[in-house]
Amino acid sequence: MASRAQPISAVQGAGVAIAALVLLAVLGPLGAVLWRAESLSGLGPADLSAIRFTIWQAFLSAVFSVGLAIPVARALARRSFPGRAALIALMGAPFILPVIVAVFGLITIFGRRGILNEGLAAIGLPGLEIYGLHGVVLAHVFFNLPLAVRLFLQGWLAIPAERFRLAATLGFRPRDIARHMEWPMLRQVAPGAFLVIFLICTTSFAVALILGGGPRATTVELAIYQAFRYEFDLGRAAMLGLVQVAICVVAGLMVLRVAVPAAMGTGLDRPLERFDRQSAVQKAGDWLAIAFAALFLMLPILAVLVRGVGGVLTLPGSVWLAAERSVLLSLATAVLAVLAAVPMAMLIARGRARGLLETIGALSIAVSPLVIGTGLFLILRPYVTPSSSALPVTGLVNALAALPFLLRALVPAIEAAEAGYGPLADSLGMTGWQRLRHVLLPRIRRPLGFGAGLAAAMSMGDLGVITLFAAPQEGTLPLEMLRLRGAYRTDDAEAAALVLLVLSLALFWIFDRGGRVNAAT
Amino acid sequence: MKTPILATGIALLASTAMAQDSVLIVYTYDSFVSDWGPGPLVEAAFEETCDCDLQFVGAGDGAALLARLFLEGAQTGADVVLGLDTNLIASARAMDLIAPHGLTADTLTMPISWDDPQFLPYDWGYFAFVHGTGLENPPSNFRELADSDLRIVIQDPRSSTPGLGLLMWVKAAYGDEAASIWEGLADNIVTVTPGWSEAYGLYLEGEADMVLSYTTSPAYHLIAEEDDSHTVAAFDEGHYMQVEVAGIVNISNEMELAHQFMEFMISPAFQQIIPTTNWMYPAALPAEDLPEGFGTLVVPETALLLSPEESQALRVQALDEWQAALSQ
Repeated sequence: MASRAQPISAVQGAGVAIAALVLLAVLGPLGAVLWRAESLSGLGPADLSAIRFTIWQAFLSAVFSVGLAIPVARALARRSFPGRAALIALMGAPFILPVIVAVFGLITIFGRRGILNEGLAAIGLPGLEIYGLHGVVLAHVFFNLPLAVRLFLQGWLAIPAERFRLAATLGFRPRDIARHMEWPMLRQVAPGAFLVIFLICTTSFAVALILGGGPRATTVELAIYQAFRYEFDLGRAAMLGLVQVAICVVAGLMVLRVAVPAAMGTGLDRPLERFDRQSAVQKAGDWLAIAFAALFLMLPILAVLVRGVGGVLTLPGSVWLAAERSVLLSLATAVLAVLAAVPMAMLIARGRARGLLETIGALSIAVSPLVIGTGLFLILRPYVTPSSSALPVTGLVNALAALPFLLRALVPAIEAAEAGYGPLADSLGMTGWQRLRHVLLPRIRRPLGFGAGLAAAMSMGDLGVITLFAAPQEGTLPLEMLRLRGAYRTDDAEAAALVLLVLSLALFWIFDRGGRVNAAT
Repeated sequence: MKTPILATGIALLASTAMAQDSVLIVYTYDSFVSDWGPGPLVEAAFEETCDCDLQFVGAGDGAALLARLFLEGAQTGADVVLGLDTNLIASARAMDLIAPHGLTADTLTMPISWDDPQFLPYDWGYFAFVHGTGLENPPSNFRELADSDLRIVIQDPRSSTPGLGLLMWVKAAYGDEAASIWEGLADNIVTVTPGWSEAYGLYLEGEADMVLSYTTSPAYHLIAEEDDSHTVAAFDEGHYMQVEVAGIVNISNEMELAHQFMEFMISPAFQQIIPTTNWMYPAALPAEDLPEGFGTLVVPETALLLSPEESQALRVQALDEWQAALSQ
């Protein structure tokens, strides 16, 4: 977006301050590890092959997630059917589940004794093996397809209804609509969606290991684990952390170069209604895409629900306490993430130093949670006992981790609102809070609700830094679930997973609904 | 929901009431301190005798515990570190943070002798491959396993202490031939997990015929679930042991209390808690005092264990062999 002459407001000042804080919060811990290590260690051939594997699997995962998300999002945008809103909300579940729960859900479907292989065996076909690179990519697509679908769906729904009406008046055929209306939106949304998913997958650890089938599937994150735990080689851990930053910066700059902000006129915020006539082939394609996504994303989730339901009533009290703690933590995370994201997104939407700001915003998912956790531990340790700071630190780190997703959702919406209403607001002299309140907030409510819901739900399922800090009696729900698994109590762990899933979805649903008040979607 | 909140409130009051007592801080792994581990019972039992406040701090698994100790160094808040195994002892010793325990080990009931002046065992187990009782012709050594088409799940030695234990098992049993054993096993290994619980979960899920765990694992199913459908394969080359130990931090301000805790650790009051909470063999409890289900477990004929120093010296090479064999 072209930068207009616009006075630097308090909101934008806040944006700059927040960007600086985010940079500090991500790089500070890395610096602390480095400082403690005193020197960097060189990388061995094993590290290099880990880097190669990490980038390759993340690239494939991002390509497939984005590629599959486009037809699914388009189908969801132009079809309406009963239960559509519920389907969209439920489809988000894989993204917010703790990795280990989702992996076991996938195995119920795709594993050796899974539904798929039982089905294949029943009709006399050979079974499929989930372990290998394809299994890693399958799992990453399962986790990230929901995010990609939502980002594209936001994009489709942001195309003003007036434009579709105009297109219908002009007798646009589907090809024309794709070229003049959908393609520009895709060019705006796809690079950012690709980038976040690529970066999420570069820090993959448990999925790559469990489904990768062995040391061939060694990721950078595993190498960091090894450096921290057996070799006490902080120099190597820091070096690998720097490699992650480098991957993020390079990927960020490359991808965002492709991204072009939308430059179309705006509409009157009417609910989207499609006036274009669509062929039977298109309709069939849409239903196929929706059915595929629903089955692929929902069956493993259904498996988690079915397996957990038997044990819920007999869950130990400590699990419910942990659940309460996790819900409060998630709400705090969501508030923190929104407060940080809105000013930063407004700053990015202004267009200056856009690449730099977007990359800073994405760093927190590119850098190893283990490096961030250990670094924070080193920084805080002299001043506070780790267990007393466990929940605040977890909330802070979770908010940081959610920031890139909020930015992805908010930036296009703010750009569109600024493009459409910015000049009017300028001429009225609306800046800062006034502009935010009257021009932006009403138009970014949908992505804001979505982002806040995502932040809350992700925080609910997070198992990152809490493991380094938590006191025995202060576990979050995912930690408690892990403890149950570690104590052979698989049934209780599955019931805890069910509680986690339901609470995460409920949080997401409430925020997301809140954002959709007055919208006919 | 009300009851647990109330219970926490009471617990909170209780802990403030004890604030004037001396406090002993024990760093351990997370599953030790969970509600289902030995932690809560041990805490109650020790506090009955010590007139003190015993506080556990959980830190991931054994290796994470060691990393925590390393990060804190001389600023560590721990008085006692509990939960390292013999493969981690050498690294811990090198930190110069552990004092001599000063206890005689003559009450220990392990199948091996113990004379480490700094680290004292509290429990132990044999690594073993757990399988369903329905499995026909279970292998009786690694070679038979490698020749079979059985599917196994193991843990990654770079992120898991049982994974490292398996590495040492093959090394202790086969020495220079370890690499060829791993090459033979490569096509049996369905996948390698970050930790024990994921591997065990995959096995229970039916993804593999066998999983690396302990000879004591079937005891859990037997005692807690009344399920006798799991057993372990007895390997004739012997089974590697995991011996879990504790040590006193030499800069502790509570030396006396720490020594008292170590003594308590090998007393029956502590030892009786171990079998059905940590699902391992207690290190100092006669066999007749073990719970009933433990009598039915497979007992290996030969116990294998490398000394901490041997294990430390072999680790890098063994890891390279493992990685090379499984990466092909």
